[in-house]
Amino acid sequence: MTTVLALVELTESGALASGAASTLAAAAKIGNPIAIVVASPGKGKNVAADLGALGAAQVVVAESSTVATALVTPSVDALDAAIDAHKADAVFLPNSGDGREIAGRLAVRRRTTVLVDAVDVAKGKNVLIATHSVFGGGFTTTSEITGGIPIVTVRQGAAADRPVAGKPTVSTVAVESTSSSGVIDSTETLASDSTRPELRGAERVVSGGRGLGSAEKFALVEQLADTLGAAVGASRAAVDAGFVAPSLQVGQTGVTVSPQLYVALGISGAIQHRAGMQTADTIVAINKDPDAAIFQVSDFGIVGDVFTVVPQLIAAIEAKR
Amino acid sequence: MKIVVLMKQVPDTWGDRRLDTSTGWVDRASSDPVIDEINERALEAALTVAESAKDAEVVVMTMAPGDVSESLKKALAMGCDSAVHICDDSLAGADAGLTAAVIAAAVRAQDADLVFAGNESTDGRGGLVPAMIAEYLGLPHLGTLGDIVVDGSTVRGVRRIDGGTQAVHASLPAVISVNESNPDARFPSFKGIMGAKKKPVVTLALADLDVTAPAGRSAVLSTTVRPARSAGTVVTDDGTAAEQLADFLVSNRLV
Ligand SMILES: Cc1cc2nc3c(=O)[nH]c(=O)nc-3n(C[C@H](O)[C@H](O)[C@H](O)COP(=O)(O)OP(=O)(O)OC[C@H]3O[C@@H](n4cnc5c(N)ncnc54)[C@H](O)[C@@H]3O)c2cc1C
Repeated sequence: MTTVLALVELTESGALASGAASTLAAAAKIGNPIAIVVASPGKGKNVAADLGALGAAQVVVAESSTVATALVTPSVDALDAAIDAHKADAVFLPNSGDGREIAGRLAVRRRTTVLVDAVDVAKGKNVLIATHSVFGGGFTTTSEITGGIPIVTVRQGAAADRPVAGKPTVSTVAVESTSSSGVIDSTETLASDSTRPELRGAERVVSGGRGLGSAEKFALVEQLADTLGAAVGASRAAVDAGFVAPSLQVGQTGVTVSPQLYVALGISGAIQHRAGMQTADTIVAINKDPDAAIFQVSDFGIVGDVFTVVPQLIAAIEAKR
Repeated sequence: MKIVVLMKQVPDTWGDRRLDTSTGWVDRASSDPVIDEINERALEAALTVAESAKDAEVVVMTMAPGDVSESLKKALAMGCDSAVHICDDSLAGADAGLTAAVIAAAVRAQDADLVFAGNESTDGRGGLVPAMIAEYLGLPHLGTLGDIVVDGSTVRGVRRIDGGTQAVHASLPAVISVNESNPDARFPSFKGIMGAKKKPVVTLALADLDVTAPAGRSAVLSTTVRPARSAGTVVTDDGTAAEQLADFLVSNRLV
């Protein structure tokens, strides 16, 4: 039986971070998934039931007194030890900022490398084959690792079969962390609107650009998002202008989304923005410039003013319900 | 203080970027190579730190096939003191692990106090190499960092993390990778451009470095092109466009 480790991250409040589902689902496609939770002593066990529901056969809580202060390295130490303890054949991590740093350091320790940002995985003769979406979805590649243990980071919301829920066995190990690392002084979590879906992996996204004009007027984007049950996104110009937090940026250097529906409001459709959304099933754009590049990739475009069209659109959708 | 800035030359994101479907590697001939924007920010951040430090020296380092002289010239004109170009045919198609092993060896030979990198390149988007280099060198790494301040033997900043920010610090020597909140690159001055011509550029081959290559390597198995999207309906708002869009969404079961 193939044994795979799946690192799951916790939020500041101790709940499972949202990348856990796709990481475990991808791991379960390759073998028997052991979820690894790295937490301060006494803090990790309460997510075990949630991990069972996501398909973990076994949960290992790696407790380390330095988790709250040492940047990334406690997770590297925990996974390094777990590979030996469980004779693991592969390691899966979320493709989050920390997930990638952990994967990179772990790969150096294990003299291997990383298959990064997998959107899918399948069994292969070298344990597994990962699928990646490159250059904004313009290309699809598959890759494998030879000569070392495969370490894979999984894109949140990646296509993966629903895992079989179970009641996992839970064990606790202590991690000794001696690596030299950065020090965490404080962490600030943005107040997240829990009723609105998260951008990464969302089925519907409504994004706003510089055309919204101000942070106050950006509320229009949120209103349409709530009407459609969508996540909120933004262009880099909207982020740079301070309308929204950087974590909402869609594009080349932001989040890549691939929803059923993407609505672009007051966004010109620069190539770097399109790189983050052009694999959406349906794209809708509203822009007052008839020559805006966003119309080249839209299924339905309106040349018009967002402040006129969007309120009418919200009313029309509500009337049709 | 000695600072090494890692720089990657990438296909311009404004151009039509392609993969070579026979190798799965970036097709470097299909668009103009430029310094990755995030590396320009890293250069700017490093030069800003150097300006406020005593006797600071800034080395720009790149690993790349072929000609990178224009990009190095720009970095030197911005104010870097010297450049290192790692170039070896046997590194063609190097994955993140091998790249980090080679760069780590070259950085080690520099005995730097601070290594600046971009948090993620626009072509590979791996975001792995800086952390890997830190691991090779046994150093702390502050990833996706903004608001960078060096104060004595400590570097501080604010990381962008999923759903928030994190204030962090590390003692030097350390590796940092900068995020997009860092300022745009300065324009080289005329004096900078003239001075760049006299600054040393060292080219290193693999044999010049003490590299411990990883055993595991990644290989691309297949590369396929996705058909380009075509434009659909575009209507000009005459007062009924919102209604038409609502109908479109209903008929496509999107509301
Ligand atoms: C290396 C690199 C990486 C980048 N990464 C990203 C990225 O990840 N994401 C990203 O988005 N960009 C990215 N960019 C920036 C990108 O090039 C554009 O600058 C950016 O996408 C523009 O954002 P925008 O469309 O909101 O603004 P603009 O291009 O200024 O467009 C605003 C649009 O709003 C329209 N408008 C104005 N008022 C109204 C109104 N009342 N009603 C309707 N329409 C209106 C205008 O017609 C215009 O088309 C990157 C650039 C580089 C070089």
